[in-house]
Amino acid sequence: MKSLAELEQIRQRTLDQIKMRTNKDGIRIVVGMATCGIAAGARPVMNKLVEEIGKRKLGDVSVSMTGCIGVCKLEPIVEVINADGTKVTYVKMTPEKASRVIAEHIVNGRVCQDLTITAAEEAEK
Amino acid sequence: MREIALHILDIMQNSVAAGAGRIGVSVTAGNDTGMITAVIDDDGCGMDERTLQEVTDPFTTSRTTRKVGLGIPLLRSSCMRSGGNFSITSQKGHGTKVTASFGKDHIDRPVLGDLAGVVADMSASFPKIDIRLELISGEECFTYSSAEAARILGEVPLSEPAVIEWLKEYISEGIKHIFGGVLDEIAG
Ligand SMILES: Nc1ncnc2c1ncn2[C@@H]1O[C@H](COP(=O)(O)OP(=O)(O)OP(=O)(O)O)[C@@H](O)[C@H]1O
Ligand SMILES: [Mg+2]
Repeated sequence: MKSLAELEQIRQRTLDQIKMRTNKDGIRIVVGMATCGIAAGARPVMNKLVEEIGKRKLGDVSVSMTGCIGVCKLEPIVEVINADGTKVTYVKMTPEKASRVIAEHIVNGRVCQDLTITAAEEAEK
Repeated sequence: MREIALHILDIMQNSVAAGAGRIGVSVTAGNDTGMITAVIDDDGCGMDERTLQEVTDPFTTSRTTRKVGLGIPLLRSSCMRSGGNFSITSQKGHGTKVTASFGKDHIDRPVLGDLAGVVADMSASFPKIDIRLELISGEECFTYSSAEAARILGEVPLSEPAVIEWLKEYISEGIKHIFGGVLDEIAG
């Protein structure tokens, strides 16, 4: 059985890595996790984001959960907050779309326009 | 929702919204009782009596983007459907306690699901809140506290990917140890 004390080793191992990171203000990704988000599949989307970031070793990108972002029928919703503070809101997310956002937006800096809330609202009209 | 862990995550979000500094999750299952009971309690702002009476009614919410709250009614109906029970107690200014039980072997019971992932990710996303987990079966018990983990980690944040990864494994091991052979979905 593992014991919580093993975290001490992780602390020592990660401390050096953290110090080496030059860019402290990376990209933040936030996943909406209120009832309708969870029911619409926000957890698998979050897991996919974390998996892709780990696979590509993107050290300065964080993923976290938040409560309600807003529009139920557009859940799961993912917000990408760029290092410069600008924000892109992706809606009706799936694990597949999450992989695309990582590959195109996070890695290559190209926003997936067709997945944004703006595109969804345009389509409504 | 298809997993008890997702219901727990949802109820924990209510505690976050209530400004909790501590959220306790306890899951008890036993072959003797034939039940799984999840208790989520917090030290958040609590509810007055009127709100408390209204919360199991799907037309009550304090959220502003939509008129009805869904989380509590969904959990309640899931409990009732699986031969369990649901109750909620709260004290304004002190905190709230949600107790949800399910018939362990009832055909409509949701599976436990990824409770380890939920607790680890909640710890990482809300590092200022002490997220506690307690798993109980018979004489066996597993406990976890994110505040304790944070104390050991010092300047390394709970949101560090290597930390989250380790916490998931650690809690998964606890779940296997306590509920293996007790819950059908967890190998003994
Ligand atoms: N732990 C808690 N502490 C204080 N108030 C709570 C707590 N849990 C629920 N409430 C109150 O009960 C209401 C209903 O909760 P419920 O989870 O059913 O819906 P919601 O959180 O408002 O919306 P949804 O869950 O659909 O996103 C909340 O809006 C809040 O006012
Ligand atoms: Mg809720």
